Amino acid sequence: MKRLNWKKNQNIMASINLNVNGKTQAVDVDPKTPMLWVLRDHMNLVGTKFGCGVAACGACTILLDGNAVRSCQLPASAAENKEITTIEGLSENGDHPVQKAWLENDVPQCGYCQSGQIMSAVSLLNSNPHPTDEEIEAAMNGNICRCGTYVRIKAAIKTAANTI
Amino acid sequence: MTIVKTTIGRRSFLKASALASGGLMLGFNWLMSCESKPEEALTMPKEWFELNGYLKIGENGVVTIMSPNPEIGQNVKTSMPMLVAEELDVDWMKVIVEQAPLNTDIFTRQLAGGSQSIRQSWIGLRTAGCAARQMLREAAAAAWQVPVNEITTEAGTLRHAPSGKSAGYGEMAAAAAKIPVPKEVELKNVKDFKIIGTPRKNVDGLKIATGKPLYGLDYRKDGMLIAMIAHPPAFGLRLKSVDDSAARAMPGIKDIFTIKTYEDSYAKHMFDATAFNDLVVVVGNTTWEVMNARKALKLAWEPFESYDETYAHFMTGNKMAVKVPAGLENTTMHMQKMAEYAAIPGKVVRKDGDPEAAFKKAAKVIERSYSAPFLAHNTMEPMNFFAHVTDDMAELAGPVQTPEYMEKSVAARLGLPLEKVDIQMTRMGGGFGRRLYGHFLVEAGVISQKMKAPIKLIYAREDDMTDGNFRPSYHALYRAALDADNNLIGFQVRAGGIPESPLFANRFPAGAVENYVAEEWSIPSNISIGAFRAPRSNFIAGAEQSFLDEVAEAAGKDPISFRLELLERAKSNPVGENNDYEADRYAGVLSLVKEKSNWGEETPGVFRGVSAYFCHNSYVAHVIDLVMENGTPRVEKVHCSVDCGIVVNPIAAKNLVEGGSVDGIGHSMYSGLTFTDGAPDQSNYDKYRLIRHREAPKAIDVHFVKNEIDPTGLGEPPFPPVMGALANALYKATGKRVYSQPFIKDLQLSSLRM
Repeated sequence: MKRLNWKKNQNIMASINLNVNGKTQAVDVDPKTPMLWVLRDHMNLVGTKFGCGVAACGACTILLDGNAVRSCQLPASAAENKEITTIEGLSENGDHPVQKAWLENDVPQCGYCQSGQIMSAVSLLNSNPHPTDEEIEAAMNGNICRCGTYVRIKAAIKTAANTI
Repeated sequence: MTIVKTTIGRRSFLKASALASGGLMLGFNWLMSCESKPEEALTMPKEWFELNGYLKIGENGVVTIMSPNPEIGQNVKTSMPMLVAEELDVDWMKVIVEQAPLNTDIFTRQLAGGSQSIRQSWIGLRTAGCAARQMLREAAAAAWQVPVNEITTEAGTLRHAPSGKSAGYGEMAAAAAKIPVPKEVELKNVKDFKIIGTPRKNVDGLKIATGKPLYGLDYRKDGMLIAMIAHPPAFGLRLKSVDDSAARAMPGIKDIFTIKTYEDSYAKHMFDATAFNDLVVVVGNTTWEVMNARKALKLAWEPFESYDETYAHFMTGNKMAVKVPAGLENTTMHMQKMAEYAAIPGKVVRKDGDPEAAFKKAAKVIERSYSAPFLAHNTMEPMNFFAHVTDDMAELAGPVQTPEYMEKSVAARLGLPLEKVDIQMTRMGGGFGRRLYGHFLVEAGVISQKMKAPIKLIYAREDDMTDGNFRPSYHALYRAALDADNNLIGFQVRAGGIPESPLFANRFPAGAVENYVAEEWSIPSNISIGAFRAPRSNFIAGAEQSFLDEVAEAAGKDPISFRLELLERAKSNPVGENNDYEADRYAGVLSLVKEKSNWGEETPGVFRGVSAYFCHNSYVAHVIDLVMENGTPRVEKVHCSVDCGIVVNPIAAKNLVEGGSVDGIGHSMYSGLTFTDGAPDQSNYDKYRLIRHREAPKAIDVHFVKNEIDPTGLGEPPFPPVMGALANALYKATGKRVYSQPFIKDLQLSSLRM
C-alpha cells in the first residue's frame, strides 16, 4: 500500500474559489481534495456519484468549462476559476433536453450511474450535436452501467440530439 | 372474479397503522423530501386519511401508496404500487409513491431477492387496494343512503347511477377510514385491468435525472462523521496488529480503532455472512481525509487456522455448517482441483433409467467441460450505511436487501430491543444479491455506538470488490449418448464448484431423456460466497445450453428443433418425477423467439446462437445475432422471448430483460475475479472488466408471451440463458467453441474493446 507523506502537507487547508452551477463560493479545503468530495461533503451536491475513485467508471462525471471530466481525479485547485456544472446545475426543473430524453426513454434501473451518464451525454452533444452510433459509443465508453441500460442510454442521446 | 380474504390466520394484514399520523414516517425528515411526485403540479392535500398500511387518501383525492419492498433497480417501487392502484381504481397521475418503512407488523416479506417481489405480493397488494375501494364504496352508500352494490368506481370517483350522485375518493376518505376492514374482497378480472399491463414510467425517474439525494451514500445528518474500514488484503488472513500513529495525527481524523462485526457468541443467520469479522476503523470529518488517513495505517496480518461456521437459514431456521479452511488460495490451484474433482464420480442426486448401459451402447458419445471464475457483484453504489446509535435508540439508513433480517442482527449486536431499531430503506445503487448480506449495516451500528455520534460508513471500491460474498467459481462436465439414429439416449451432468455445486438435478433436460444421471461435488474454500443474480443458474444455464447446441450439431439437427423435440418428450411422456419446469411454457418461449427472429434465415456476416432457460419461475429464450468487427465479436441484436405470466409494467419489464441480457453477455464475455495467494488480482474497474457501451448489443428486441397466468419475476430470469446464446453464436462466428468464462480469454482475443 502506498503511504502518503502527509507531513509535507501540513497546514494544507486553503480557501478556494469555486464557480459551481453559476454561483461562486469560497470553500476551505486541502487543495488536493478531489472535486467529487468537495461537491459531496462540503457543498452537499450529492448528484455527483462515487463509483471507483480511479476515473474508471464515470459515475462522478461533471462538466469543467463544458467538457466532461471525472471529478474523482480533479483536485479542487485545478477547478479554481473554471466553470463547473454538476447534474444539479443542468436545469432548474429537470427540463434540460438530455434530462427530458432520459425521462422519455425511461432509462434508469437502479439509477446510480445515470447522473454521470447524463453529464457525459451533455458534454458529447455540446461538441457534437448529431453524433453517430460509433461516436456515442466512443464518448460514453468510460461510463459503466452495471444494470445494462446501454441501449436505452443510446436511444435517449438520439432523442436529445433531435430536440436540441 | 377472485374472492380473497383479508386475513392471514387470525391476523388481518390490513390493519391501520401509525403511518399517516406521524411516528414512523416522520422519524427521518430526509425521507419526506424524497416523496415521488409524478406531476409537479400535483397539489398536496391538507389532510391524509389512512385506509390501511398500504395507502392513504387526501381530502383532495391525491393518493399515497406505500411501496413495501427494497428498490434495487428492479423497479418494484413503481410496479408494486401499480397493483394497489389497480384495485383501488384510481388515476395513476394522482398517485404519490413512498418507500414504506420497515414494519413487519404491516408488511410481509420486505426483501429484495429471488425475483419474488411481484409474484409474492400479487394477491396481497391488490387486496389492499381492493379493500380500501370497498371501504370508500361503503362510506358513499352510508352518506347517500343507497345499497353499496349499486355504487361503482372509476379512476378515483364514486358513482351511484340511479340517483346520479357522485363524489371523489377524497370526499369520502375521512368516513371510509372509520369503516372496518372488509373480511373478504372481490379482485378484478384480468380483462378489467386498467393500470396493470400498461407502461408506467419509473416514479423516481425525475429525481434520478436531476441528481436528488436518493441513495444511502447521499444520506447525511448534522454532526455526521465519515467512517471507513480496512479488511485483510487476502482471504486466509486476519488482523494481527495496527500501528495508527501516523494516521491518527492526520487532519480531520477523530478516532481509529478495531471492531468485531459480530460477537463470537452470536448465532448467525445466513444474511450475516462476512469473511472479515475483525476490522480496522478510521473515523473523521470528511471522506477524503478518512481515505488519506487510512493509507497511512501500518497494518500487519497473519494466517488463521481453519474453523467452522454455522448459519441459520432465513426461512426454515435450519442450521447450515460451513467449513472455512486455512491457507492462501490461487486461481491456478482452483482450476486444477476442479478438473480433478470432475474426473471422478460425484454424489448422485438424480438417476433415471440405466445411464451406464446407454453410454456403453451409444454410437456417439460427446463429452465437454465448462468453467467460470468467481465474480464480484460490483453494484455501482459501493456498500455503505448510516447509523446513529444512542443509549436507547438506533436509527439506521441505507441500502440493504434484507432489512427485516439485518434489523435482528444489529439489535442483537447493539444490545437493543427490536422496537428500538429503525432501518430506513434507501433506493439502492444496485443489489444483484450483494446487499442480502448486510454486515456493513451492523458495522455502521457498532461504529456509531462507539463514537456516540451519527456516522456514515463508506466502502471504497477496493474494499467492496475484495470483500467476499462472491459468485462462486464453477465447473460442469456433460456427457451425451446418441444412438445410430442420432437419438439422445443418455445424458450425464457432473457439476461442482468452489465452494458449492451449481447443479439443478431436476431441471431440463431431466425428464426428457430416458437415461439420465446428475452428480455434484464441492471444494471447501475460505473465499466467501453469496447469492449473485440468479445463483447457480448464472453458470449452469450457459454451460448446459452450450452443450445442447453441440449435441444438436453432432446429431445433425437444428438446435431449436432439437430442444423442441426433447420438450415434446418431457410433455407427452416425462421421464422420472419432480421435473422442475412446465415443458409447454418452455417450448412456448423457444417457438416465440424462433418466429420473431426469423430463425433459419441466413444473413451473410451475421452469426446466430440460441438458448432457453427456466429459473426463478419465469421462462426466457434468446437468439443472438453476432457480427465480427475487425476480428472482434459484437452483438448486433438480441432477440428475447419471455414468459413471466401477466406483464405488470411493460416498459419496466422490457428494461429489465434488456439489462439482464446485457449483464449476461457482459459477465460471460469479460468478467472474472482471480486470486493470487488469497488476494483478488482485481480490485477496481481498471482491472476488473465490466461490459461497456462499445461492447453492448446494438439492439435488443423483447417479446412477451401473452397469457393470464399470475405474474412471476424478471430480475433474474433474463440473465442466465443469454450466456449460452452468446457461446453458440461465438462458435458460428469463429469456428471455435468456448468452454471457459470469460469467453474473451478463452478466445484469446487480444483486442479488448476498452
